[in-house]
Amino acid sequence: MTTHEPAFDLSSESPGKIALRTLVRDRRSWIASSMLLVVVALTLSAPLYASLISKTDPFVSTINGTVVLDGVEVQVLQQSTEGLKLGVNPIGPTWKIGPYFLGADNQGRDVAARLLYGGTNTLLIGFSAAALTLIVATLVGVIAGYSGRIIDSVISRILDVIWAFPVYLLSISLSVVLLTSGFKWGPLSLEAGSLYLPIFIIGLVYVPYVARPIRGQVLALREREFVKAAIGGGAKNSTIIFREILPNVIPSVLVFIPLMVSLAMLTESALSFLSIGVQPPDASWGTIIKDGLGLLYTRPIVALTPGLFIVVTAVALNLLGDAVRDALDPKARLRGAF
Amino acid sequence: MTRFVIKRLAAAVFVLVSISILVFLIFFATPGVDPAARIAGRNADQLTLQQVRATFDLDKPLHIRYVSMMKHLFIDRDLTSYVNRGAEVLPQLTQAIPATLSLVFGAAIIWLLLGLILGITAAGMRKSWVDPAIGIIGIIGVSLPVYWLGEVVNLITQGRLHATLFRWVPPLGYVPFTESPGGWFLALLFPWLTLSLLYAGIYIRVIRSEIVSLMQEDFIKTERAKGAGEKRILIKHASRMSLITVVSLFGLDFGALVGGSALLTEVVFGIQGVGRLTFTALQNFDLPLIMATVMYAAFFIVIANAIVDLVYAWIDPRVRRG
Repeated sequence: MTTHEPAFDLSSESPGKIALRTLVRDRRSWIASSMLLVVVALTLSAPLYASLISKTDPFVSTINGTVVLDGVEVQVLQQSTEGLKLGVNPIGPTWKIGPYFLGADNQGRDVAARLLYGGTNTLLIGFSAAALTLIVATLVGVIAGYSGRIIDSVISRILDVIWAFPVYLLSISLSVVLLTSGFKWGPLSLEAGSLYLPIFIIGLVYVPYVARPIRGQVLALREREFVKAAIGGGAKNSTIIFREILPNVIPSVLVFIPLMVSLAMLTESALSFLSIGVQPPDASWGTIIKDGLGLLYTRPIVALTPGLFIVVTAVALNLLGDAVRDALDPKARLRGAF
Repeated sequence: MTRFVIKRLAAAVFVLVSISILVFLIFFATPGVDPAARIAGRNADQLTLQQVRATFDLDKPLHIRYVSMMKHLFIDRDLTSYVNRGAEVLPQLTQAIPATLSLVFGAAIIWLLLGLILGITAAGMRKSWVDPAIGIIGIIGVSLPVYWLGEVVNLITQGRLHATLFRWVPPLGYVPFTESPGGWFLALLFPWLTLSLLYAGIYIRVIRSEIVSLMQEDFIKTERAKGAGEKRILIKHASRMSLITVVSLFGLDFGALVGGSALLTEVVFGIQGVGRLTFTALQNFDLPLIMATVMYAAFFIVIANAIVDLVYAWIDPRVRRG
């Protein structure tokens, strides 16, 4: 929080520079970015980790495998010694840098390696789906708000309908239908089980959440003097949209980025948890939590760690979102966020 | 007001019809997908496929197929599952509603209380450490995956500690209120807390920022000039005004939850509600059941939103003119 700023900024700095400076001065943005950096670096190191440290293929089940720990050869999956002695107990965390640092899952796969690989997918889907949402929503919002009349009412009605459809149900319906057979429509073709499907689905269901406020903003911008002046001056529609409207919409889009990535990531892991997101043998934090469900009371680490990663990433994104909002929206700065 | 009511109801009907068309398009007209194979479930034989095609008029043009689907859903109400051969879908759905309503009602009370108390406190104590501390609670709340939190809660209350500290926690599942009110309460206590934490996070943040921006408004300045104390202004004026936002947000969330967004909580805690029904259907690829739950959910949400808007217009006359 900065102290009193003059009502009129007499320096020649652009609003963008001022916003950037506020953001850099904000402690929250530093905490959030470093948290994000650590998570991203960890997940990107997945292939290195699998080949150098865990030395196993995290996508192949090794049910009858053995591993040498402290000079003793141990079965990765041990016969359960509790209750009816049915079922197997995967090896627990060794807490030593090396194979099975966090233990194995019920197929004998290295949990730590899968965690990192899963993170790559979760983050990839989160970022790509958010990018898709923001691009489509900005386009739709600007077109609807700028053209007005029939085009606006048609787009707005469509957005209203999708809006009334709960995100989870819409994405569940789409996933169920598309998951096993993929999507083919003209030149657009997505294979079943491909990572693009969840990106596509999650990206689309959130469009109204961003497009509606953007449309409202464009509607208000259209009435402003500088836009009227451009229209009066005979500027082409494309010039007005790109030179007058878009630069004024971009700040709101920027504010949405961290929040949408967080939402998309949480949606992806929920869908994967319901087994309609990322498909095996691929992993994501959601699928690992699902895999860990059956081991919850014996090897809780399998389900706990991916959830912790999700929480840390989402907290960082939300924190960053708050910081970006306060930097770009002086009114919000006045309100003073946390 | 009458004009507003008629307009709002007409809009609700429009959205309902559109959603039914959207559901129809997703399940019956997705490019590159054979709807009959979808509906009949995995590995269906030719006979079943033909039966499905006949029931849903799949060889007829699109609009006839749509009418046929709606007829099975709402008029004949004879939608049957092909996975669970012959099991009628709608009775399963009506049986599941009380559990979902119980879950969402209880959670809603908790999250509204938490949101209001913490949100108002944070706004009122903006200069002290209390505000950022509540802020962190809010951020963590919105960042938690609810199904994972549920797992953690289960691990604590049903795991090792179940023998000692959490002995009084019943095993996972739903107990109907009519069977045993006490059992109903105990069985739902942790699901309520889990579900409400997520929403409390959202409400704390919204209520706080709403009150803080209201505190800059002219009517608050007038109150101050009249000599009213800060505490009185905060509780009697700013907080009361912020309820307008809370009402509309609450309507949306409540509708979405009863409509199926409580699915993850129901699955984790084994509550036999609508969401859990959808989940089972997902596991078996039981499309008629999924279709029915989605349509029911949409129906509920649209009605809930319409009611919220009407209440809104009743509280605030400005809305009626807009």
